[in-house]
Amino acid sequence: MSHISSKGLYYTIFGTLIAMTVVTVAIARIDLGALNTPVALAIAAFKATLVILFFMGVKYNTPLTKVVAASGFLWLIILFGITMGDYLTRAWIGFPGR
Amino acid sequence: MTHAGNNSGSYLDAPHGIASWLLTKDHKRIAILYLISITVFFMIGGLFAAGIRAELLTPAGDLFTADLYNKVFTLHGVVMIFFFLIPSIPATLGNFLVPIMCGAKDLAFPRINLLSWYLYLIGAMLTLGAVFMGGVDTGWTFYTPYSSMASNTNVTLAALGVFIAGFSSILTGFNFIVTVHRMRAPGLTWFRMPLFLWAMYATSLVMILGTPVVAITILLVGAERALGFAIFDPRVGGDPVLFQHLFWFYSHPAVYIMILPGMGVISELVAAVSRKQIFGYSVVAYSSLAIAIIGFLVWGHHMFVSSQSIYAGLVFSIITMIVAVPSAVKTFNWAATMYKGSITWESPTYWVIGFIGLFLVGGLTGLFLGAMGLDVHLHDTYFVVAHFHYIMVGGGVMGFLGGIHFWWPKMTGRTYPETAGKIAAILVFVGFNLTFFPQFVVGYLGMPRRYHAYPEEFQILNVMSTGGATVLGIGYLLIVTYLVASLFKPRNASANPWGATGLEWDIPSPPITLNFETEPIVTEDAYNYIGRAQKAREN
Ligand SMILES: [Cu+2]
Repeated sequence: MSHISSKGLYYTIFGTLIAMTVVTVAIARIDLGALNTPVALAIAAFKATLVILFFMGVKYNTPLTKVVAASGFLWLIILFGITMGDYLTRAWIGFPGR
Repeated sequence: MTHAGNNSGSYLDAPHGIASWLLTKDHKRIAILYLISITVFFMIGGLFAAGIRAELLTPAGDLFTADLYNKVFTLHGVVMIFFFLIPSIPATLGNFLVPIMCGAKDLAFPRINLLSWYLYLIGAMLTLGAVFMGGVDTGWTFYTPYSSMASNTNVTLAALGVFIAGFSSILTGFNFIVTVHRMRAPGLTWFRMPLFLWAMYATSLVMILGTPVVAITILLVGAERALGFAIFDPRVGGDPVLFQHLFWFYSHPAVYIMILPGMGVISELVAAVSRKQIFGYSVVAYSSLAIAIIGFLVWGHHMFVSSQSIYAGLVFSIITMIVAVPSAVKTFNWAATMYKGSITWESPTYWVIGFIGLFLVGGLTGLFLGAMGLDVHLHDTYFVVAHFHYIMVGGGVMGFLGGIHFWWPKMTGRTYPETAGKIAAILVFVGFNLTFFPQFVVGYLGMPRRYHAYPEEFQILNVMSTGGATVLGIGYLLIVTYLVASLFKPRNASANPWGATGLEWDIPSPPITLNFETEPIVTEDAYNYIGRAQKAREN
């Protein structure tokens, strides 16, 4: 909270975010096949990380704040991960009519 | 400090008047406001339960139509879970005791605490509004596609009420976590904290990590009903079972929001009535955290007979067996605490023993249901109904009532008649078992839940159940009667009527507004009963 980042850092992060937006749009025009969604998600995750670490100041905060921020995401991963675990394995077992 | 008078009297005496209560920032007064509101909702939910048991007295569906019966059991569930059980211990005993047990003057954010009560009330009023507009019939689980596409009842209004009440729960959890981290008195290290604080801390984690998910889920159902979103509609690529994933991601951990606080209460009570340090203190403390965390990994055990993949089901089943371990650890440790303890037969003792007995049955039958194969037979039968009532009423409500009996003198400055307290505990224990044990049997025999009529061979067990519910109801009414009656008598409670350890027993009953005259310094472990007794003998 007491940490004050330089203006230059904020502009750099801002520039990176804009650049990544441009990259997202550009890549959307190229067909990467199965990689389309993962690449778009990876860029989005990178941008979100920058915002959380620098604009939200988590990088300069107490370890407890970092744990709180991280656990929110960990729980999101649990929710999405296990739910997808169901969807991805539903077809593993065959049953009559399919 | 020109208003020294505010601090010298008890929190009940400091400014009177409706406004002083409705705008209070005192965590103890907010606890009382919550206690009154949840008691009202417990009675409303109890009326619906009485309706259910009256209908099931006879095999024919003669008291209610099928549609009305659907509404009655839905509202029983919605009211009891979202407006009684979830806030029950945290918002009353938790609000009252967390700051005092921390040695603090109040919670970290007193205004947010008051806001949480208003949010609760607004949510409760909306849901009550849904009742008066004709009710809602989806079951408390709001399963899609029925809730999103088919039901013509007031789903949106009732769900909105639950949505808003969810925020009150998030705010309470958030307040407790910050208070425990930041406001503990000097010397009160993590491993000197009373186990009730550990339990409230673990409960708060579940509240803030889980509740947003059910809020979003409810919002999605609302959006699907109102705006035609297609999240759960298979005709356009949605999946109704996705609702079950999202719903149970919160609602299984929500069971721990209901039971962990009860476990915390029992840990306090069992040490106090046994006059011993809790057996394996740190293991009991850690087991609360383990329950809170592992509890988030088992939700699919509600979905074994849905279209969930059996591989996912297998994993959920195994983790369900694992989450039973920390609960068993607690139960064994309570029993070990009582073993060779100097047990005194006061009314809290009866609640402790009742809790352990009922929770044991509830927990063990949970393992039956967590076993994938057996669940196919038991799913959606009265076996499930009996199981979760043993946990949520046998555990949650027994813990709540035990805590209320234990801390009533501290909260109100009054004692209640001990004999009446014991009789009530016995009535509740006997009535509860008579109500719900036959439901295990009738469920195993195949009686499904949520129907207003049933085959004649199930009648005798259902009559037992309705008879038990009557005894249970009389037990609850007895408690309300003598507790309310005690309020009309002069204050007679000493600072420490049970001779218990803990910061709350070192201050007057009822406490002053700011809890402590001077900031307390903690110099001993929790439950230092034996050490204190030795000291008393030496002096
Ligand atoms: Cu569950």
